[in-house]
Amino acid sequence: MDSDLSPQDKKDLDKFIKFFALKTVQVIVQARLGEKVCTRSLSSPTGSDWFNLAIKDIPEVTHEAKKALSGQLPGIGRSMCVEISLKTSEGDSMELETWCLEMNEKCDKDIKVSYTVYNRLSLLLKSLLAITRVTPAYKLSRKQGHDYVILYRIYFGEVQLTGLGEGFQTVRVGVVGTPIGTITLSCAYRTNLAFMSTRQFERTAPIMGIIIDHFVERPFGNMGHMRPCNYRAPGEDEGAYNGVEDSQEVCTTSFSTSPPSQVRMSPLSNVDLCNMCNFRGGVHGEMGIPGKEGGIPQQVPVQPCHGAQAEHGRVSSSKHPTLSRSIEVKGVSPCDVLETTFTRKVGAFVNKPGTQVTTASLDLPFAAFAPRAYDLEENDPMVQPPESPATSSPLQGSLHSQGSGESGGPAQDDFVMVDFKPAFSKDDLLPMDLGTFYREFQNPPQLASLTIDVSSQSMAEDLDSLPEKLAVYEKNIDEFDAFVDTLQ
Amino acid sequence: MNCRSEALEVSVEGRQVDEAMLALLHTILLHRSTGKFHYKKEGTYSIGTVGTQDIDCDFIDFSFVRVSSDELDRAIRKAVGEFKDAMGNGMDGMGQISLEFYQKKKSRWPFSDECIPWEVWSIKVNVVNLANEQERQICREKVGEKLGEKVINIVEVINRHEYLPKMPTQSEVDNVFDTSLKDVQPYLYKITFQITDTLGTSVSTTMRRLIKDTLAL
Repeated sequence: MDSDLSPQDKKDLDKFIKFFALKTVQVIVQARLGEKVCTRSLSSPTGSDWFNLAIKDIPEVTHEAKKALSGQLPGIGRSMCVEISLKTSEGDSMELETWCLEMNEKCDKDIKVSYTVYNRLSLLLKSLLAITRVTPAYKLSRKQGHDYVILYRIYFGEVQLTGLGEGFQTVRVGVVGTPIGTITLSCAYRTNLAFMSTRQFERTAPIMGIIIDHFVERPFGNMGHMRPCNYRAPGEDEGAYNGVEDSQEVCTTSFSTSPPSQVRMSPLSNVDLCNMCNFRGGVHGEMGIPGKEGGIPQQVPVQPCHGAQAEHGRVSSSKHPTLSRSIEVKGVSPCDVLETTFTRKVGAFVNKPGTQVTTASLDLPFAAFAPRAYDLEENDPMVQPPESPATSSPLQGSLHSQGSGESGGPAQDDFVMVDFKPAFSKDDLLPMDLGTFYREFQNPPQLASLTIDVSSQSMAEDLDSLPEKLAVYEKNIDEFDAFVDTLQ
Repeated sequence: MNCRSEALEVSVEGRQVDEAMLALLHTILLHRSTGKFHYKKEGTYSIGTVGTQDIDCDFIDFSFVRVSSDELDRAIRKAVGEFKDAMGNGMDGMGQISLEFYQKKKSRWPFSDECIPWEVWSIKVNVVNLANEQERQICREKVGEKLGEKVINIVEVINRHEYLPKMPTQSEVDNVFDTSLKDVQPYLYKITFQITDTLGTSVSTTMRRLIKDTLAL
């Protein structure tokens, strides 16, 4: 099969296939990052853009691909596969699609390696760019985040499509004939997106339906683990990845218009392919990490124990970044939750003293706000608004908080009156400081026109004054008409 | 040489015409554009790099990839805009937009250069009017799926690796490629369109009938 191929052509062909495989993986994984990809066209060749396409290299992905290939090339009976799957925040996963780079025995001995094969591989990569946006997994990957993430796995060997469920569809991206076989690139994608979680939450609406079989033991457990389609900033990986064996590889960008017998390569200066990785640093497509806000809040707004389970279900379908973090604490035992001190902060204008409670005393959601026996309704500021500032004493409420170490029942006797100090105010310079302003304008007096004083006016007097008012309005009718004209 | 002809057909709502046409035309041009050629001595040339860009449609649940070239995008948008204007706004109708790749063949004076098409893509568009928002939402998804199928069709045709013009020498590059753009180099192409009124007849067929009828008298 290889007898008609010159050593130089064989070497070139192997190189083309190798870098085609690496670029294929990059295109597929980058298309599942969840963000739009954009690369610039360059009128002058850089010598490092394989197949004349600007496809950036994510170092981790290249590393994974090379690890899977282990120095081999895709060939007859040795396929390179990229498996894309979805993993929910609850840990359930489902294979979505499998991209296969295969080779069959059909050879095209007359094809020119350095020109035709190279250009056709370039065309095939463009087709791959187009097709990766068309399969159902693309839309799913664009919406990933808190509820689920997209993972990829690269393996080498026999293609396995059993994880895609029944009725999966196949789309062929393209084929390129070479003197040693025909390269085919295809995608098999799942059409049945129904799955069921074995951890059933009573109040949880299923995200996508009912799972059927996704907890089957993975057949390729020893062939690599799933990786999130996740990009780390260049600084983290530059030192780690060592592409020594490729540092001297160059990509072919020079062609000849001469007849085949005079075809020559004009090699460019050696370029370190690792330096191609100038991925824009602003990519925050961290698909593997639910919730894009950083850090678990120090004080989780804890829900009561028996409500926590229901909350998990709701959280999994909610997109609120803060609430999604409660997934992280689901391993906490109920007794830990009970010991957490729930500090209730009193609003600035509340007359009632703050109450410090622990979660132990809460057995209802939002129980802290429930009416209590010792709270008289007439003293509740939500029912009886405070009196106007002229007659009432200055606000007794304040921002009140205590350390988390304290706990106990009602603490009215411990309430300490503190002068209200609004943020960012300087209370020593202005005659009326911000606090006084707040107090005075919190309870403005009622408008005089809305005050109904029955003794001063009667209906009859109103009617008597009406003709006089009408006469005045008629006198000024021109003014009113002019006003109406301006409105039109 | 026979010109290869491919036909695609889509049914869209009026406001989806632009994006549907852009999606298909850009997908074809992505495959029919190369980097800029830089000719060197000894008959060799190097090729620039083609960048790509993801575009999300606003009125269709669909995303596509186009070549990163603002100049090319502007040219395509201009043609699609003219097509849409000719189709009319918000009216039912049919039209066809054609993307033709051709080669120039130099002729001697006084004859002008001959344009010989080698690949023609014809996209038939049926514009429908929808009654309510629910139908529009369904249309968004359906048209997105249809466009996905069309992209797969396009890729399938292109990967048959049928006739492509030979790579030209420096003196003939303008006969094969559009070298006017500064960042990429598509094959020479032109975009034409034809509008059919609601009766299903096109302006050209009506004229043809009139002339025939006149001659028959």
